[in-house]
Amino acid sequence: MQRLRRTMMFVPGNNPGMMADAHIYGPDSIMLDLEDSVSMAEKDAARLLVHNALKTIDYGNTEMVVRINPLNTPYGKKDVEAVVKAGVHVIRMPKTETAEEVKELEEEIVKVETELGCVGRTQIMAAIESTLGALNAYAIATASKRMMGIALGAEDYCANLKAQRTSGDSPYFGMELQMARQCIVTAARAAGIDALDTVFSNLNDMDTFRREVEMIKAMGFDGKSIINPRQIEVVNEIFAPKEKEIEKAKTIIAAIKEAEKRGSGVIAVNGKMVDRPVVIRAQRTIDLAIASGILTKEDLA
Amino acid sequence: MNSIKDRAALIAEAAKQMNKAVYNDAHMKKNITPRHELQRTNGKLVTLEEAIKKSGLKDGMTISFHHHFRSGDKVINMVVAKLAEMGFKNLTLASSSLIDVHEPLIEHIKNGVITQLHTSGLRGALATEVSHGLMEKPVIFRSHGSRGYAIMSGELHIDVAFLGASSSDSLGNAAGYSTSPNAKSICGSLGYALPDAKYADKTIILTDDLVDYPNQHSAISEADVDYVVVVDSVGDSSKISSGAIRDTKNPRDILLAKQAAKVVMNSGYFEDGFSMQTGSGGAALAVTKYLRQGMIDKGIKASYALGGITSHMVKLHQEGLIDRIIDVQSFDKVAAESLMNDPKHKSVSANEYAALMEPGAATHFLDVVILSALEVDVNFNVNVLVGSDGIIRGAIGGHPDTAMDSALSVIVCPLLRGRIPCVVDEVTTLITPGSNVDVVVTEYGIAVNPNRPEVKERLEAAGLKIVDIHDLAAKARKIIGDPAPLPFGDKVVGVVLNRDGSVQDVIKNIVG
Repeated sequence: MQRLRRTMMFVPGNNPGMMADAHIYGPDSIMLDLEDSVSMAEKDAARLLVHNALKTIDYGNTEMVVRINPLNTPYGKKDVEAVVKAGVHVIRMPKTETAEEVKELEEEIVKVETELGCVGRTQIMAAIESTLGALNAYAIATASKRMMGIALGAEDYCANLKAQRTSGDSPYFGMELQMARQCIVTAARAAGIDALDTVFSNLNDMDTFRREVEMIKAMGFDGKSIINPRQIEVVNEIFAPKEKEIEKAKTIIAAIKEAEKRGSGVIAVNGKMVDRPVVIRAQRTIDLAIASGILTKEDLA
Repeated sequence: MNSIKDRAALIAEAAKQMNKAVYNDAHMKKNITPRHELQRTNGKLVTLEEAIKKSGLKDGMTISFHHHFRSGDKVINMVVAKLAEMGFKNLTLASSSLIDVHEPLIEHIKNGVITQLHTSGLRGALATEVSHGLMEKPVIFRSHGSRGYAIMSGELHIDVAFLGASSSDSLGNAAGYSTSPNAKSICGSLGYALPDAKYADKTIILTDDLVDYPNQHSAISEADVDYVVVVDSVGDSSKISSGAIRDTKNPRDILLAKQAAKVVMNSGYFEDGFSMQTGSGGAALAVTKYLRQGMIDKGIKASYALGGITSHMVKLHQEGLIDRIIDVQSFDKVAAESLMNDPKHKSVSANEYAALMEPGAATHFLDVVILSALEVDVNFNVNVLVGSDGIIRGAIGGHPDTAMDSALSVIVCPLLRGRIPCVVDEVTTLITPGSNVDVVVTEYGIAVNPNRPEVKERLEAAGLKIVDIHDLAAKARKIIGDPAPLPFGDKVVGVVLNRDGSVQDVIKNIVG
């Protein structure tokens, strides 16, 4: 089963209380942040805290991501060393604009991994937070074999675009991010990696949040960055496949098994040939249905 | 020839045989004062100082109060200040509970006005001072059911009860709400005050709304009241939902509430006509919201909801999901108003609520109770009174009463509160014995008391994650490490009584 990334929950890297139990709410990924949520004075303390959290807390099956400081700051390289040593799954690079930056990060990771004897363990995701980054999205997405996803960071992107964020009641809601979102999701698909949308920070406006999640799902995103456990349920609900989709996917999966049994490479449902992308989509539908608790593995047996 | 004069000798003879006086009309004088005026001039209506003097209160006696106004209570501080001013010393104060707002008692304790406390709980600065050894005599802690019974049986004898009421007529028919246009306050049920009113030697009602006689639907009867005192304010109603009662947005509380609701729904007791109660604490209160959906989905209704009543419970009642509400304490204004207006929302006394020796107590017919905890230990013992730092910071409430009497008790408790582990090897203070605790819900899994294998089986069948409580304690220890031992001194600052009156635990003073 491919890893689902419906929700990536941001947790400040200087908050031990939140770090200790972020996984109990069931986000698919947790992103411990060393960048924007940590003040200059706390950078070293937060790095040590995140390192120890990764090493000591049993996060179960949750994917652990750390957002490091940019490599051109005094903290970036130290962050890479600390989190790779702690066995982080993914390093998230902020404000990525070019493929070279990804390669530079990869070099830093390789240095630490070589020392540890675990070259290739750490994956990379890049946050695209500028117009240049958006236009370079495909180059960034394919800059390294370690790339697992790209994500939109809307605030910096909008500042760079010289546009205002639109609110839920605007007729142009989401327009300012349309181009960036499409660049990111298209590049991610072309590169065969995941696309994650930006955070929605008004926790009191769950209706607009829901609309935004519905929109980005329709656009093709794999999931959403979130800032509070209360958002998880909404995202999961929207990403849960509908009954009809599941039935169709089950038929396709059954046809695959049937074809395998016959030793045939051709998969057919109701007399029609099924293309490879349809098979992949069916498998993802099944994965989502299992993750959403709608199906159990036994249901497929 | 048979006039009354002719029968005079016979009347005298009958009176002699019955050891009675002969009626004398000359002694009779009809009172012709207009009744409205009479109401205001009857001897019960006095000032606080007069009431205290007339009550016969003396140094060394016991006075009592209720805490239905919670953090908004003004009666305790007002009365004790007056007693101090009048020079009283060495009084025992028995309140149904004491909270942060009662901080001024510290001075009265230091000055010797109050020398012992009986209560269900202690919070705030007073609790901290007591924990550090403020008082010579230990505080006696009882559950609500236990207090009611102790008062009834005479174990806790009350000389004078000072009971705040949101309305009273001049004869003492008093209630926790007022239907008059001059209503100043509302606290709803006066359940915890009813044993005091009934069994205290003297009962003084303090009210901020003196209403015309008769005050209908009153909770306290004039037969139990000796004096009525009108004061500016008995309490701030906006604060009855403060303290332990809060509506949560905390994601962990919500997670715990959802899990607890799933436990209830799959426990075997979630059937049409079941009865339920939720305790204070964000998560326990929030369970109601999730049970509501479960009841709608399953198409069932509850027969009654008991206990501290919240607006959530009232909402379910108004939607027809709960038939009746039995209210010993109204946890918010909505609940208090519902009690005033809704004939199917009734108040009960502490004894009718939860006394061990009261066969009709509503807790005996309770299917499910959902309660909070400060700590739970590996033997399912629960502490709701003393913090993990050894400082008293809670209240027993009806915890042991409802846990024992219900068919299923569910405790919601986070594994960790910040850096404090809440599932531990041994609770700091034993409040509810583990034998009465059936299920513990934490954010890291659900533990079922080995006494209830059938419940465990049902929950597992429903796909809930059941864990060993020892594993939860180990997990907490792994994350947080072993806390340093608490610096307890050798002085006993509190005694915890069991429902049956036996001594269950003691609380030692904390040093430093």
